[in-house]
Amino acid sequence: MKAFALLVTVACCASIPLAAQNLPPAMNFDSAANPLTLPDDVYLGEVGGVATNSRGDIFVYTRTGHPTLSMATARPFAHGGSRLFQFDRSGKFTREIGQGLYGFLFAAQVRVDPQDNLWVVDEMSGMVIKFDPQGRVALLLGRKPESVNNPPRAGGAGGGAEGGAGGRGRAPGAGADQDVFNRPTDVAWDSQGNIFVADGRGNARIAKFSKDGVFVKSWGQKGNAPGQFADVDSIVVDALGNVYAADAGNGRIQVFDNNGTYQREIGNVGNAQAICITPGSNQVMFVSNSNPPNDLDKAGEIYKMRLDGTMVGKFGRAGKLLKEFGSVSAIDCRTEATLYIGEVGNFRVQKLTMR
Amino acid sequence: MVLMVGTVIAQQKATITGVPDIPFTSVANFLKLPAGEYLGESVAVATDSKGNTYVYHRRDTTRLFQFDRNGTFVKEIGKGYYGFEFAHSVRVDKDDNIWTVDEGTNLVTKFSPEGKVLMVVGRRPPAIDGPVVFPAGPNKPAEKYILCRPTDVGWDPQGNIFISDGYCNNRVVKYDKAGRFVAQAGSEKAGTALGEFNLPHGLQVDERGNVWVADRTNNRYQVLDNNLKPIKEITNLGTGWTLCISPGPHQYVFHSNSNPNGNPPGSWDTTGEIYKTELDGTVIGKFGKPGKVAPGFQVVHMLDCRNPSEIVLGEIESWRVQKYVFQSGASSRTAAR
Repeated sequence: MKAFALLVTVACCASIPLAAQNLPPAMNFDSAANPLTLPDDVYLGEVGGVATNSRGDIFVYTRTGHPTLSMATARPFAHGGSRLFQFDRSGKFTREIGQGLYGFLFAAQVRVDPQDNLWVVDEMSGMVIKFDPQGRVALLLGRKPESVNNPPRAGGAGGGAEGGAGGRGRAPGAGADQDVFNRPTDVAWDSQGNIFVADGRGNARIAKFSKDGVFVKSWGQKGNAPGQFADVDSIVVDALGNVYAADAGNGRIQVFDNNGTYQREIGNVGNAQAICITPGSNQVMFVSNSNPPNDLDKAGEIYKMRLDGTMVGKFGRAGKLLKEFGSVSAIDCRTEATLYIGEVGNFRVQKLTMR
Repeated sequence: MVLMVGTVIAQQKATITGVPDIPFTSVANFLKLPAGEYLGESVAVATDSKGNTYVYHRRDTTRLFQFDRNGTFVKEIGKGYYGFEFAHSVRVDKDDNIWTVDEGTNLVTKFSPEGKVLMVVGRRPPAIDGPVVFPAGPNKPAEKYILCRPTDVGWDPQGNIFISDGYCNNRVVKYDKAGRFVAQAGSEKAGTALGEFNLPHGLQVDERGNVWVADRTNNRYQVLDNNLKPIKEITNLGTGWTLCISPGPHQYVFHSNSNPNGNPPGSWDTTGEIYKTELDGTVIGKFGKPGKVAPGFQVVHMLDCRNPSEIVLGEIESWRVQKYVFQSGASSRTAAR
């Protein structure tokens, strides 16, 4: 049966001209007018991540200011710059989590695992932070660079993390056999709880850890060949444990098995800055072809596709109005019908209802 | 110790002569701050249709305060907001939305009257890029959706958005009301021809949709049509720091030949006055002069003239906002025109 389905898929796609594949049907959707109720004195900045848990609570990890650098200390130290907010399922503000936390500098992503733990990825501190559902720090991957290099080192991240050039004789972007990240962007888990970190925009690799945070392996380096990345911008794992890594700079999503063996690539996805996969069976994937922050006049749409890469439909475009998207950085898709979209450009979260 | 030295801008004495003085009174202690609150450099001030006053000022961080029509503090808007770093302008549109122009984050933000973010134009340079080296050399090419130290914002009656941009671009940009780029005049390069700018520092749009620009380092104002084609320049009112245009069927323009930062020797004798003109350029009168003590000016940076008989103005170097009320004789004389 499975082989038959695969055969049908291949036959179907091979018979459709490429141009038609680039024009998936437009999908209808609505965007709620004010999905989040912000208290006075709480503002969203650039949204790195948005995610929901099993109860419908909404978490937003956002850049609320720039890290402050200390002057005339032994070295310049960076503090602050991002905050993590929780809202209930109606969008009412519940609380702030991790206020003043050491690693909150430049919000990259937030995800919720199947046990409702909260995972935050910070691109500048290089930290992947697991909170338990009560908001306590439960596991840490990475280490925040002690200080910021000024002037910045060539090729280094703003946080001064090393390893971008490969280090220790490794290929550029290959990183080290450790949880030393250089501009990590995302995190995902398989059904056993193994952790996959997208690392990221300084390194160009995927790092796998056991559920207890023991390093297992990493793969990938800078480049455009199979198994190489321009950047690793977003990562999801399907129910079978396959790893889908958005490689926006190469206009593709690469698929690996659970051990990092290259399987295939999904092309025609443009600037894939954010991907999401629905839970359960019959999984589908949403991919944002995000417009770059300096251009509102190209891209910006979100694709819905099957895991084999077949396009189901597309919706939205770049812009500032409701139902338009400004450099999407995050998609939450607990169901196919309701999506939460985080935007860098418009300092907001949209709640979409697909029709 | 000098922390940061900006470009030294030569200040020009106005060439116009024989302009009558407009008599006025200054409202003492116009804004009443709660105990423990302070204004910083009060570079930006605007009023809404209900008489509220907004002050966007440089303090510990850049902050936006709201006061009621009596000058009583109401609330702070945008506390801890990502788009606030170094204030430059605040303006209120016809629907009472509050727009901030932040020269530090390169962002123009539209807030609802309740203080919620409705739209953002531009992008703050991301912190992940690390500390910024003080720029040297030629400006980078201007981009449609990236601003570079923007200075001011205005709207035409259709809601199109006009931004003067700024200290490291030298252009005026038009966006439609949805925030999409339409056109620009000027570029990243400074120039002296009509339609070119050297530090476009203030901007407003009149009811006909013409765009008025304070072209500061060129010591002039320029008037552009709605598609940003230049119409004329005004060169006799000194250095064009900023301007406001009163609403309604008979509009007036107020132009500030502000005294320069640092109060260089002799500058108090040659600068600091504000001119009131008709849209056709006829100069009606002038008022004000530099001074540390009110009603003197210390580098007027923004004017609000929602009511052309009452000017609210923000100053850089005295960390205060003043309200000038024109005496009735002057009002009736100008109203009779």
